Amino acid sequence: MNSSDSAHPTGPSASPDGPAAAVLAFHEATKIYPGRRTPAVSNLSLEVPAGEICVLIGPSGSGKTTAMQMVNRLITMTSGDVTIDERSITDLDETELRRGIGYVFQQIGLFPHMTTEDNIGTVPRLLGWSKERIRARAKELLELVGLDPDDDLRRYPAEFSGGQRQRIGVARAMAADQPLMLMDEPFGAVDPIARDRLQDDFLRLHHEVPKTVVFVTHDIDEAIKMGHRIAILRDGELVQYDTPDNILAEPANDFVADFVGADRGLKRLNVWRLGDLELGPAPDEPDGPTATAHTSLRDALSVMLVEGKDRLVVVDEDGRPTGTVALDSITRLIGPDEKAAAR
Amino acid sequence: MLAGAPAAPIAQGGPVIPHFERASDCIRENGQFCFGWFVDNFDRVFVPRLVEHIWLTLLAVGIGFVIAFTAALLAYTLDWFETPFVILAAFLYTIPSLAFFQLLVPITGLTVTSAEIALVSYTLLILFRNTLTGLREVPEDAQLAARAMGLTKGQILRRVELPLALPAIMAGIRIATVTTISLATVAAFIGVGGLGQPIFNAIQSGFKTQFIAAGILAVALALVADALLVALQRLLAPWLRARRA
Repeated sequence: MNSSDSAHPTGPSASPDGPAAAVLAFHEATKIYPGRRTPAVSNLSLEVPAGEICVLIGPSGSGKTTAMQMVNRLITMTSGDVTIDERSITDLDETELRRGIGYVFQQIGLFPHMTTEDNIGTVPRLLGWSKERIRARAKELLELVGLDPDDDLRRYPAEFSGGQRQRIGVARAMAADQPLMLMDEPFGAVDPIARDRLQDDFLRLHHEVPKTVVFVTHDIDEAIKMGHRIAILRDGELVQYDTPDNILAEPANDFVADFVGADRGLKRLNVWRLGDLELGPAPDEPDGPTATAHTSLRDALSVMLVEGKDRLVVVDEDGRPTGTVALDSITRLIGPDEKAAAR
Repeated sequence: MLAGAPAAPIAQGGPVIPHFERASDCIRENGQFCFGWFVDNFDRVFVPRLVEHIWLTLLAVGIGFVIAFTAALLAYTLDWFETPFVILAAFLYTIPSLAFFQLLVPITGLTVTSAEIALVSYTLLILFRNTLTGLREVPEDAQLAARAMGLTKGQILRRVELPLALPAIMAGIRIATVTTISLATVAAFIGVGGLGQPIFNAIQSGFKTQFIAAGILAVALALVADALLVALQRLLAPWLRARRA
């Protein structure tokens, strides 16, 4: 697949000649650190389609960060290859490669001596953009990540909270409209409430400006929420690479089943929305508990259990019934005969 | 202070304290500090020495900074370079100043060069240490971000590491400047002027006002220089005052 085939709209400032998102592929990529017998990453092969978020997850030492850092050559591969839009990263000049890849990590790494504008403008300046263009881009990005495009432009990193800094970090990684973003536990250092908001906002942002994203985390809930696809790594080897739903429904082995947790059935209900199900006929008036099509199956199940009902009326934004969902259609989905119920 | 020293000028080459015929009571009694005399003689006795003193200091800190800064950059890239340079700078630092000036006289004579060799030597240790520490304490996350964004080594040094090392470098320059202003008074020992000269003269003549005035001027110069450097740092590093509202 070529990135220009991508159905996603390009970002507001997407360069007309450059791709909005790139196809990233690992081809038997291997990293053996000097003096170690076992590889940190072993024969990793996977492809991330343009505009998708691929989550790399695994226990510590599984090689997820090593795999990610091979992409922008912060770590040099021992063998194999990584391609971006079918072009090997080893063919590119190191600085040129890195300027084309956004990088966000847990410690953020904003430059304390630079204003927000200068932080965001780092790569554009290297690429020779004019001051006016950099300022306009910085303002646009600040607005996109939910900060004040005027006031916050001239502030220094010390003046922001951890969550705000991470937003600036994301804006900086998108500054030159890079088609690929690497995110290494980007929301790991913020408190749970702020993390949840950052995740939601990033998904919204990604929907507006779809980049190809490699997202490293050790939090399975975050992986399920953020990933179009999840790659589960163990001791440097890829154990399973699939959509969150498929991984939760059919873990490849006991390791994956353990890793995703005994509550994988309930987690799976988080992936599905009421709108994803085939609904029963809508009643004329909403009788009993209601929920919108955006409600996750997990929340819907919770409402049924709390209300003591085995049926829920699905309503639209104006409260008009659009269908019903029965308790057994949910249990059938995650039960043994799940395949019959799958969309 | 010099209680037994004669009250009358005994220095060779004419009276050190002229205009005795219209001297005030304070001068005649050699009071601790005769303000009137100080004001009357400020331009003649002190301004040229003050200018010399500032010049001696600027030259010493300037040259010392160029040497120490270059050495620190070298040590930042080549680890082995640090130890020999520190040993050299620390050795120079331990030489007593009076002895250092005297040692140089047979080699470079009673010249500003002799004075500067010693003064520069004393600045090296602090300037080198502070610059190197400043560079090494640049946050790792900022360095990783810079690398990951595709800055070259030179760009990282110029745009990230040096600006972030600036507070440590400035702290070194402040200490070096104040120390040099103090040490430069001793340089008058080899006849290169500066505020040390009126002090040496007053020690010989026992003229208390001149002694105290020169001392106060040296202290004032150090305080002013330090204040200017603080102002410069604020100008160069506005981010240091940025705090969360």
